[in-house]
Amino acid sequence: MKTLRIIGRNIRDAFKGVFRNFSLSFASISCITITLIVVAISIILSDNVNNFTKLVEKDVTIVAFIDNDASKEKIDEIKDEISSIDNVEKYEFKSKQDITSEMRDSSEVFDSIMKNWNDEESPIQNTYQIKVTDIKEIDGVANKVKKIDGITLVKYGEGTIDSLISTFEFVHKLCLGAVVALILVTAFLISNTIKITISSRQREIGIMRLIGASNLNIRIPFIIEGLILGLLGSIIPVILTIYGYTSLYNHFNGQLFSPFIKLIKPVPFVYETSLILVIIGILVGMFGSWRAVRKHLKI
Amino acid sequence: MELIRLTKVRKTYKTGVTAIQDLNLSIKKGQFVFIIGSTGCGKSTLIKMLYREEKPTAGQIIVGGIDVGKLRNGKVYKIRRKIGVVFQDFKLLPKSTVYENVAFALEIFGLPKDEIHSKVIKALELVGLKSKIKNYPAQLSGGEQQRVAIARAIVNGPKLLICDEPTGNLDKNTGMEIMRVLEEINKLGTTIIMVTHDIDIVKKLQKRVIVLDSGRVVKDYAEGTYNK
Repeated sequence: MKTLRIIGRNIRDAFKGVFRNFSLSFASISCITITLIVVAISIILSDNVNNFTKLVEKDVTIVAFIDNDASKEKIDEIKDEISSIDNVEKYEFKSKQDITSEMRDSSEVFDSIMKNWNDEESPIQNTYQIKVTDIKEIDGVANKVKKIDGITLVKYGEGTIDSLISTFEFVHKLCLGAVVALILVTAFLISNTIKITISSRQREIGIMRLIGASNLNIRIPFIIEGLILGLLGSIIPVILTIYGYTSLYNHFNGQLFSPFIKLIKPVPFVYETSLILVIIGILVGMFGSWRAVRKHLKI
Repeated sequence: MELIRLTKVRKTYKTGVTAIQDLNLSIKKGQFVFIIGSTGCGKSTLIKMLYREEKPTAGQIIVGGIDVGKLRNGKVYKIRRKIGVVFQDFKLLPKSTVYENVAFALEIFGLPKDEIHSKVIKALELVGLKSKIKNYPAQLSGGEQQRVAIARAIVNGPKLLICDEPTGNLDKNTGMEIMRVLEEINKLGTTIIMVTHDIDIVKKLQKRVIVLDSGRVVKDYAEGTYNK
């Protein structure tokens, strides 16, 4: 009961502290808000880029075209050789008939042209479609496949994929770096802003010490105050994340520039991001307060 | 019964100034003691050591059974809870009402609301400020502010009340009002140690008077014997 009363008093004092020193609290809240907005943008960008990379990686396939003269035995031999290559995740044989029917299904134009081809006339080749375990190794795998006897051509969007992936990876790392840097900078800024708040309340802390408040008695309301500042500071970033990202997603119909680059679906992504923002806000606010009040306890 | 005992106490500041030297003193429970002396004689240092704002360089200070000099910073609250302190500049929270300023001292310890209320009202009644519980310090006169500070100092029922020039900022009449309040508190059993420059008050009240000079006790007048 006594502990509950003390907790209740601490929370009440913390709220009082926020509102009675509103101009300084407002400075701290604004500081948290602005940084969390930038953190939100970085998280959204970083996660989407990461998502693009995964989608690209999932879609990238090496297509190995098999000589039309290759016998069934030869095709099996090729299969064995492909399976022995490192970094091959899976491979699938697609006969020229399968490819033809897929193409005919996909377009009326193809259908009208291809329906009169027989097996002899068709320029379509049998293929092996190969997926790799690590997209960075795609060059190596493609080169090895190319050397297999009976393979006439290997295609996988070489060059373009490499640069796309490395660009994505760079942006992803850059965003993550920005998030970490921003969190550190905010913690420092908050700590300084709260330090000003606390300096202006040094008298209060002095009086608390004088009437027999322990360090914990003094520190806890300030730490809760930091928590409240963090919580209040994360309101706008959370709203912007939820509504901003959802409307962005709807505006672009869930894809950026091409169907190839899909955006992450808003639910549950925006809620997860919001939770991260609130947690960052709270931790940064609490840490800032704790750091700032520590200095004033050696009276 | 003894409440305070100082044995061979010395205080030398980092600047090299020795404020108190070789001081022995004993104060009994329920006494009202004035500490007087010229500026720089060590009065403030002496009482600051009693509530452990300063640590003695040498010697021992026992207050209510606690060796104050040995308390670490984190444990200072233990002695502060047994002592009420009143200052010349009142040290009130300007953004809190009279009631909140006094209740503040009890809320920290997690007392129930009802108990806090009755104790705060009782303390404010004792200093004659019950009618102003909703006022802010800035809306009160100097004497009233000092009475709030006294109420805050005694609300917790301390055994010892330390007053550092409580009338220093007040006119003569208001100062006497404060002294009447302090006498009232003393009659209820609280030991009072008061530092002052106001010789008129000291003469009028005829309590025990300790005279300090250069950090030493030069005179110790028993109750009713001071007549400078």
